[in-house]
Amino acid sequence: MITVDRLTKTYGAYRAVDDVSFTCRPGAVTGFLGPNGAGKSTTMRIIAGLTPATSGSAHVSGVNYLDIPNPGTQIGVLLDASAQHAGRTGREILTLSALTMGLPMSRVDEMLALVSLTPAESKRRVKNYSLGMRQRLGIANALMGDPKILMLDEPANGLDPAGIHWMRSLLRDYANRGGTVLLSSHLLHEIEVIADEIIVIGQGKIVAEGTKAELLQTAGTFVKAADPSALANALTAAGITAGPSGDGGLRTEADPATVGKAAAAAGVALVELRPADGAGLEEMFLQLTSTTQREGATA
Amino acid sequence: MSTTAEPITIDTTRPGVPLSRLVKVEIRKMFNTRSGFWLMMSIAIVALLATIGCILFVPDRNLEYSVFASAVGFPMALLLPVIAILSVTGEWSQRTGLITFTLVPHRAGVILAKALAAVIVGATGMVLALAIGAIGNIIGAAVNGTDAVWNMSALDLVLIVVANVLGLLVGFMLGVLIRNTPGAIVAYVAYQFLLPTIFGILASLQDWFKDIQPWFDFGDAQTPLFDGGPHGEEWAQLATSGLIWLVIPLAVGVWTVLRSEVK
Repeated sequence: MITVDRLTKTYGAYRAVDDVSFTCRPGAVTGFLGPNGAGKSTTMRIIAGLTPATSGSAHVSGVNYLDIPNPGTQIGVLLDASAQHAGRTGREILTLSALTMGLPMSRVDEMLALVSLTPAESKRRVKNYSLGMRQRLGIANALMGDPKILMLDEPANGLDPAGIHWMRSLLRDYANRGGTVLLSSHLLHEIEVIADEIIVIGQGKIVAEGTKAELLQTAGTFVKAADPSALANALTAAGITAGPSGDGGLRTEADPATVGKAAAAAGVALVELRPADGAGLEEMFLQLTSTTQREGATA
Repeated sequence: MSTTAEPITIDTTRPGVPLSRLVKVEIRKMFNTRSGFWLMMSIAIVALLATIGCILFVPDRNLEYSVFASAVGFPMALLLPVIAILSVTGEWSQRTGLITFTLVPHRAGVILAKALAAVIVGATGMVLALAIGAIGNIIGAAVNGTDAVWNMSALDLVLIVVANVLGLLVGFMLGVLIRNTPGAIVAYVAYQFLLPTIFGILASLQDWFKDIQPWFDFGDAQTPLFDGGPHGEEWAQLATSGLIWLVIPLAVGVWTVLRSEVK
């Protein structure tokens, strides 16, 4: 279990992490979702004791990270798959970790097999690894000490679709066996595929959290007509408030039946009428990312 | 979804990571990259080249062990500190500290293990270099058809090793303080070659500095190590200047490492 309580980290006037609180419970994969620079990595580094917090606290099952004896055997951490000595072989990197934790060398081979790195690949130097291979190596490193808690920063970054599928089953099994997983991503799709619970962070603040079901199924209706302005007028006439929602459609809090009746009464032909799916989360996430998107500034 | 999973507890009674294991890991880290491996090999290679150079170019009548010892010792004054610097700065420049300090969050333990590993490797390297020099002395004498001249005592050899380990610790200190490979190497060169010049000029211009120089100038205080060993007051001068130029900056460096952010 990872508990973060009112955590704040400031760099001068900049608030990288702003009053963040959340809990990752055992038996679930918690996804930490946010655009680049939202404060995900800073929060994770604070949990791992690498960055001192300005205020607030982070605990692993009630214990301060610095007070965990031989922490690699109790919480597995992957903070940046690229943070490796480029001149070391993959096998050597795992060997160093196994030696530090006091584990038998057979553990290195087990982990290499688990993440499907072949013996030949393991003897290559990391500078010749693709990002996906570095991620597999980093996950092997995190799982080496057989910890009950995992914390992975952007582990799916650089993995191909088959790799993401592999990671989903790996983490699913791990959580089903009672493990706690916190993983971050800046891609909604990755989090949707892997996580059970989602924490959305933007500009250092938590903007939404809940189970995947709660966040992805929002009440409301998506409706689209060949003539969007006629549809908008029809809905307004019926007293239904609606807003634009991508692709020239409209989104409203009213249920599909009410919206359909209003359109029929006004004689507006619909091309699409359905309950709104994950659009709520997606739109919120788009809004979050658009404020940090650089192309927007020049447009 | 299993919402009733067992709570996970952290075992705070588990044994931590002992220092001996960390030292072993840190020594391994010095050898297990290609650049690190060849840096280590360069100790033997450079000692061998220096020895061959002595046999080829030093006039036969001057060929005695002290010549070999200073020839193999001189390049070590640069090589060993670089080894010590890299053992520290690599954690930051290669960002391996993200793993090292999550596996061992008590950074002081990691720094101590690195210091011990550097001293062990440095002292072993010096002994190896001096042994290569000794073989050179025997071969040189055999080539010349004379008896090998062993004009250095065991104490002299120990003192040379001590002096080089001090140089290595200076490199280590700069690595901890600066935590950037090029910066620390440049600082080391300035420390060893620029500071003595500045002190020399200062001493020639200011009488008050001339009086305190033996107590203040770490390089100056080390010269007796190459000349039969320090006596009486010289030990005290080595201690005070070492405190100023090695111990205090190292303490400041460790203090900043403990408080810095590892990214």
